[in-house]
Amino acid sequence: MTAIIALTVLGVLVLFFGVIKLQKLLLPLILTGLILTMALLLSDWNTVKSFYNGILVVDNTFLSFSMVLVASTFLIFSLAAHYYRGVQRPLDDIYGVMIFALTGAVMITGYGNLILLFLGIETLSIALYVLAGSHKEAITSNEATLKYFLMGSFLSGFLLFGIALIYGATGSLQLETIAVWVSACSGNYPPLFQAGLFLLIVGLAFKIAIVPFHFWAPDVYEGTPTLLTAFMASVVKTAAIVAMYRFFHQVFQGNQGVWGNTLWILAVLTIVLGNFTGLYQPNLKRMLAYSSISHSGYMLLAVVAFNPDSGNVLFFYAAAYSVATITAFAVLILIREAHGNDLFSSMNGLGKTNPLEAFCLTIAMLSLTGIPPLAGFMAKYYLFVNAIGQGTIWLVIIAIAGSVVSVAYYFKPIIAMYLKTSSSPVVMKVEIPYKIHLIFMTLLTLLLGVMPFLLIGKT
Amino acid sequence: MLTLVLLLFPLALSLILLFFREVKTLRVLAFTGTLAELALAIAAFVQYKTSCHCNLLFSFDWLDTLGVSLKFGMDGITLLLVMLTALLVPIIVFSTFSHHYSSPASFYSLILLMEMALIGVFTAFDGLVFYIFWEMALIPAWFICALWGGNNRIRITFKFFIYTFAGSILMLVALIYLYFKTPLPHAFDFQALYAAALTPAEQTWIFLAFFLAFAIKIPVFPFHTWQPDTYTESPAAGSMLLAGIMLKMGLFGMIRWMIPICSQSIRQWGDMAIILAITGIVYASLIALRQNDLKRLIAWSSIAHAGLMAAALLVMNLKASQGAMIQMVAHGINITGLFLITDLIQRRAGTRNISDLGGIALRAPRLAAFFMVILLGSIALPLTNGFVGEFLMLLGIFEYNALYAAIAGLTMIFGAVYMLWMYQRVMLGKTQPATEGFQDLTLAEMGMLLPLVILIFWMGCYPSFFLDIPFPDVQQILYFVK
Repeated sequence: MTAIIALTVLGVLVLFFGVIKLQKLLLPLILTGLILTMALLLSDWNTVKSFYNGILVVDNTFLSFSMVLVASTFLIFSLAAHYYRGVQRPLDDIYGVMIFALTGAVMITGYGNLILLFLGIETLSIALYVLAGSHKEAITSNEATLKYFLMGSFLSGFLLFGIALIYGATGSLQLETIAVWVSACSGNYPPLFQAGLFLLIVGLAFKIAIVPFHFWAPDVYEGTPTLLTAFMASVVKTAAIVAMYRFFHQVFQGNQGVWGNTLWILAVLTIVLGNFTGLYQPNLKRMLAYSSISHSGYMLLAVVAFNPDSGNVLFFYAAAYSVATITAFAVLILIREAHGNDLFSSMNGLGKTNPLEAFCLTIAMLSLTGIPPLAGFMAKYYLFVNAIGQGTIWLVIIAIAGSVVSVAYYFKPIIAMYLKTSSSPVVMKVEIPYKIHLIFMTLLTLLLGVMPFLLIGKT
Repeated sequence: MLTLVLLLFPLALSLILLFFREVKTLRVLAFTGTLAELALAIAAFVQYKTSCHCNLLFSFDWLDTLGVSLKFGMDGITLLLVMLTALLVPIIVFSTFSHHYSSPASFYSLILLMEMALIGVFTAFDGLVFYIFWEMALIPAWFICALWGGNNRIRITFKFFIYTFAGSILMLVALIYLYFKTPLPHAFDFQALYAAALTPAEQTWIFLAFFLAFAIKIPVFPFHTWQPDTYTESPAAGSMLLAGIMLKMGLFGMIRWMIPICSQSIRQWGDMAIILAITGIVYASLIALRQNDLKRLIAWSSIAHAGLMAAALLVMNLKASQGAMIQMVAHGINITGLFLITDLIQRRAGTRNISDLGGIALRAPRLAAFFMVILLGSIALPLTNGFVGEFLMLLGIFEYNALYAAIAGLTMIFGAVYMLWMYQRVMLGKTQPATEGFQDLTLAEMGMLLPLVILIFWMGCYPSFFLDIPFPDVQQILYFVK
């Protein structure tokens, strides 16, 4: 709760600093604020509290996922100084809206009532519509925000309608009460509840970008300013999948019945289509969009194969995935600046001209593929152990086949950087702080892979 | 503790090397470092012989919630392969001195990283740790072959990566599945995995997953299609690492993990696997006969030899398994020797096409002599290292099934045919334009080949020294089979 207040205050402060023209202090303020929020979250560790009659539940699930969200935002803001260095106009609106989006995301991770879920999702989404279009001069950015807004608001309607139908069937919006009602039904749900649940799943699946509700993602990712795409691919994705996890975890407690099969099919579709479509992408940004889609499929595995550890599995996976994705986007920002595009051919010879950046991107790609001893491997391993323990071995085999396919596109940038040569090599000039940040994130990927016990089994 | 040092030393060295630019310093550092690693391996061997092997055990609770511990140790099987690795890597490093590789720091660093991963594979006493190193070895191997390889390297090394990655990731599923079948509390420790309670159907699936992973790595026919291209396109050092040591990962995996865990399924379905392996022997030998590229010929001969080793392990008796153990070492030495010679010839003559070579023996009698010895080891002449292993393996396979032994025995005949015919075309006959002015071996090159030649004779004349090392452990593993 204190964290949500702190983030809201931070957002207001950012806008206020913009008003009194303290542009230079914006980033230091935000970074300190985020560290403070992190500390507040940590200080609540191992406590269980609920606020406003159980609308918001502060438990370790909330705290751990909020920490992933805040830390990811911190990593993204550390890139902002470089990304916006040439921009003359004030940035307090973009930064403020990002902080508000983060507040919405944090709210989602702790909802105990469907109203808070909706509020959180809307706070997050509306902020994102603004952010997607924040590069006002670029037509692609305008296209992205329009697509995202039209689709997103429509699907938010689905979500709200679903929540209303569930309320109609169960007489409550409180997850605990719904859970009692569901267990009393013992499998025979009235059509009203089924329809509500269906709409709820569709609404959430859209926000996570799960196949077949993913079509917006590549286009929106491509048009959105790259720094904010990194935000979408890490923070937004994590928050939305936690929303899904929390609902199924609290309401069904493992007895998902036919809805388990629905999630099963969604996970398979997402993994298969995400990975295969990823093969045909012409540039790194769209490829990362499909990578993020296929990773939502993997994270869905933790929701399908339910056991008490699922939360921890998802937590570790989200952390590993976010760090690697943000690293990839950080290098992507540099490549787009140097070449004006991010075609794989623009990356030719990068291993020679910019060995450090190439190395960091390689580690990120290998981690996303799931090669030991990197964080991505431990995340996938933990996920598979969890899933096989719950008997969903076929799902794991499909997921693994997907991983093998994913090698083909994750290796595209590696092959371009190291094995191909460019006719007109461009040496990207990168400031030292940016380099240090890249090294830090790469080390984080290694650290989580070599010492997974820092996070595994802690929630 | 020594095992851990053995593991971490190459890693530390590979990181240190990245800070140097000067080629000479890099070479000296890499070479002395790998020699120091060899000294460490010998120290481990002495310690193993003189005291209880638990001295060499290192264990750390890595992920106790998931039953994974970082457990490394040595037994006879491990020791033999660690010694092989530690011996071959300095020779491989030495062989690179006459090449000019771009970005040498990365090159030597990757070789050392590879050595670390290989030692990790061999010394892991925990299933998941084994898997981690198994996958980890793939990354430096891929980079070495892809960065410094030949013209078609992108397509070929990519096939190699996808192929081996796909094979091994199914093994991960099998390992996790096994984990849930181990007695409580679940663990990945190899003793726990050996004790896993499996129904016959489960065991068959796990056998298939393991076999696929190992068969691709070895490679066993028909999973070999990545191998000849990859060996041919790799730089010389890469081919030696792949054929000399990495191939043994698959065979080692069979005896350490697959045979004790899935022995009943092997009894039931192993014939199919053995028939595949034996088919591969004949098939690869016939193809080797028709090769014009020296490196490709050696690559195909390696498939034939590896097929015999795989078949010998799968018949699961003491003679064949012991034969396979000593043959792993012998094959590592011989194939490294053959690739070294190929590299020397290619550097001097500018080609490795057999049809463009000839008459080298006249110009370079010392090279001819060394080549002959290594060749004889490879075709298993008595008193050379190849003979002991192949004889024991064929004897063991004969006890299992005489027909298999008869067909597998063709490897010795075919091997002699294609190797000696190759020798005749390359070394004897008239000199060709490419081999005019062929230089004989220098002192340094002889020094590089000498350890291999000594070992070829040592293992051939006094094999019991090498057979005794893995004997108790092979016996114990075969005990699980009953």
